[in-house]
This record gives sequence, C-alpha cells and structure tokens, in this order.
Amino acid sequence: MLKDETDKAIGPDVIPTFASTHRLQWEEAQDCHVILYPEGMVKLNPTSAEILQQCDGEKDVKTIIEDLQKKYSGADLEEDILKFLEVAHGNGWIRTK
Amino acid sequence: MAMAGSEQNKIPQPLWLLCELTYACPLQCPYCSNPVEMAKVKNEIATDDWIRVLREARKMGATQLGFSGGEPLTRPDLEELIAEARQLGFYTNLITSGIGMDEKRIKAFKKAGLDHIQVSFQASTEDLNNLIAGTDAFEHKKEMARLVKKYGYPMVLCFVLHRRNEDQIRDILDLCVALEADYVELATTQYYGWAYHNREQLLPTKAQLAHAEIVAKEYQEKLEGKMKIYYVIPDYFEDRPKKCMDGWGKVFLTITPEGTALPCHAARQLPGLEFPNVKDHSVDWIWNESPDFQKYRGLGWMKEPCLSCDEKEKDLGGCRCQAYMLTGDATNADPVCSKSPYHSKITDLVDRVDELAGTPELEEKPMVFRNMKNSREIIKKKSSETA
Repeated sequence: MLKDETDKAIGPDVIPTFASTHRLQWEEAQDCHVILYPEGMVKLNPTSAEILQQCDGEKDVKTIIEDLQKKYSGADLEEDILKFLEVAHGNGWIRTK
Repeated sequence: MAMAGSEQNKIPQPLWLLCELTYACPLQCPYCSNPVEMAKVKNEIATDDWIRVLREARKMGATQLGFSGGEPLTRPDLEELIAEARQLGFYTNLITSGIGMDEKRIKAFKKAGLDHIQVSFQASTEDLNNLIAGTDAFEHKKEMARLVKKYGYPMVLCFVLHRRNEDQIRDILDLCVALEADYVELATTQYYGWAYHNREQLLPTKAQLAHAEIVAKEYQEKLEGKMKIYYVIPDYFEDRPKKCMDGWGKVFLTITPEGTALPCHAARQLPGLEFPNVKDHSVDWIWNESPDFQKYRGLGWMKEPCLSCDEKEKDLGGCRCQAYMLTGDATNADPVCSKSPYHSKITDLVDRVDELAGTPELEEKPMVFRNMKNSREIIKKKSSETA
C-alpha cells in the first residue's frame, strides 16, 4: 500500500519522508528534477524539488517551512508548502509519521 | 548541417526503452503480445549488445527501462544488465511472471539496483490462473509477491482481463489488497499477437465490461491514496481510437530479443518496414534517421478520414497495427474509430461475442496457447497459404 493507517495528515508537527518506493533525481535531458516510480515520471519545478529534498525523515513540517523561508529571505511560504506536501502525500511521494 | 541539426532537435527523444530480452517463457498465456511467429527468432543478442543499447538510449534521455520478454528471468545475464542500467540512472522495471524467481534472486536484483518488480497474475483463483498460464504457477506467484514486498520494492500487480476472468474482478482486487499491492494494473487484453489469434475466445461481453467498470471504480474510490488502480476500457468498446504508444517514434523504443528496433512491440507485423537492428546501427541513428521510425511519425502519412478530421492531433489516427490487421492497410484510420468505413469489423465481432457468449460455439472453441510448437505450426500454415 502506498499509505496505511499509520500515516498522519500533513500538519506542522508531522515528519515527512520521501517514499522509498519512489526515486527523486536530476534529469539532464528534461532539465529538471523528476520523480520516478513504476512505469511513470513526474517533472518537478525547482521549488517542488527543493521541498521534497527536505523530506528526510528527520525534520518536521514546521522546521522545513522555517528553513525554506530563511533561505528565501523570509518570504511567507507556509501555505504553498503545506499545499504541496498534501499533494505529495496524496500521490504517495512522501510518507508521514 | 545547422539546418539538419535543428530539424533533428524537434524530434522528441525516447523516454521509454523496452528490452524484450527473450521470447523464451515457461508460461503459455493465450493473450501474449509476442508475435505468433516468434519461433522464427533463433539468435538472441549478447550481453554486450544490450549494454551498448542501454548506454546509447540513456545518453539520448531515456529514463524508464523495462526488462520483459518472454520471461526475462530466463536470461542468466539479467543481474548484470540491471546493474548497468541502474548505474546509468535508469528507473529499472522488471516485468515478470515470477516463474524462475526465488528469494536469492530477488535479493541479488535489489543489490544490483533494480527499482521495481511487476508480477503478472492470470486470475484470482488457482484453477483458472493455472489454466490460462498453461502451468502450475499461482501459489508461487503469491509467494513472489510477498517477497517483492519484503525486499522493499514498490509492488505492482498486473492482471490481464478477458472473458474468462473478467467476472473475478472483485476477487482479483481483494487479492491485491491482501498482498498489499501499491499499484494494480487491470490490463485489458489488447488484441495483438496471440490475443488477436484468440480474440473470439477472449473478448468480454458488454455486460461483463459494465460490471468490471463499476467494481474498478468502487475500489478506486475506496482505496484512494493507498492503492493506485489503473483500469482502461478496452478500445474495441470505444468509438474513438487511443493515441497509440503516445505517437509513433515519440516516446517508446522497443528492442526485440534479436536486436530489432521497433516503435512498439506489435509493429513487427507491419509491411514495408526495414527493421533496423542494433547490431548494425546506433540507437541514435535508428530513432532519428531510420526510415522505420519516420514512417508514421507526425501526421504526414495520413489519408481520409483522418486527414480532414479535427481530432487527428488528439489520437493520431489510432494504432497502425490495428489498422493493418483489420483493414489490410496500415495508413487507414484505426477501425476502432466510428468514422472509419471499417468500424463494423469491430462492432460485428463485439456483437457476435455478446450473442454467442455462454454457448458451445464460442466457449468450446479451443484457445491457441502461446508456445513454440504452436508458433511453428502457425508459421507453416501461413507459408503454405502464401505458397
């Protein structure tokens, strides 16, 4: 199963991990990061790739948001990041605990 | 030269490489997409040839790689090919019946860097599964599915649907849940190769399809986010064709066991192709320069009713093989389209199956199982017909 009952809904204290059943890699020919999974590929824009690279199984969502906001000079990214993580979780790209 | 270069850059480069490593297979599924004349193929290309193909295709940007067959597990160099593919950055898919696999090999594949194993099933019950597969395989397949999970691969289970198992769809999906599949492919039989030969024996009824669609939708909703279920309505029951292979020479590149490059795995039957071989040409030349890969690329080859059709960009006239098999001319519209003058070839067959399903005339007609003996007999019959 891509997700099970132990997966928590996205929220500030949840820790996301990029799913071990998927692969995130840079594709020269596409000039972007892609997610690879059985017989499929999703192209990512730079922001989405950056968020997914933060999903290391250690940082919680709150910290990911803080780190990225710091990196982008305090821009308010909270809503965008939460929305994207929900999509990523819905697609099985990340697991949560 | 600059002109030629810029022209070439407009051709989309292959994303999907399908390596049909062998036609050898312990199973005998009567819907196999391999050519019925597969017994003609004697020599499989060597490990070095495959490795060169992998390197060249990856350099062009191919990302998804399928190892299939036949049964790819029969190739003793499979581990070596997986390791090379993974090191090149491919996402490697092993498409297998599971026969010839054991825990030791699953572990070795993991070590070599294999990303995904797709195990095919023939049905949800032992009896029907083994009847369709032509071998005693069901329990072993279930065991392999469990091991795929144990070693952390994403699990894709593939069931090919047809009249004999279509009504098992609920049991099939329950089996997938029990095995904790991540993805389920409810693959409708495509009527090429052996399946075309057996189409009266395999084509489902309209009522069966309607039922299957309802059940598939129910499970899709119930398991949303947990298990991805792919279900596509077979094109014999549609009135517009599918955009076959997403376009000729656009995304997919198939290499057959003896090294022939094809824009799709069914294209070998089409007349007038030259069948470039990777032993004689580079993958780059085959994709960008060879006459075969240009032949039905884009819209230039079309004639009516496709030519003036406002949907031509959407489906590219459908499948060239289906057009050839059912109308005798690969440049005709795919007869799945209701605008095709040959559309009745499909609707007549669907109606005939609907009328005769359950009667001995249809159900007692023996299926021709996919094996080398039957292939040789078909070849013999065809050559005596043309002689």
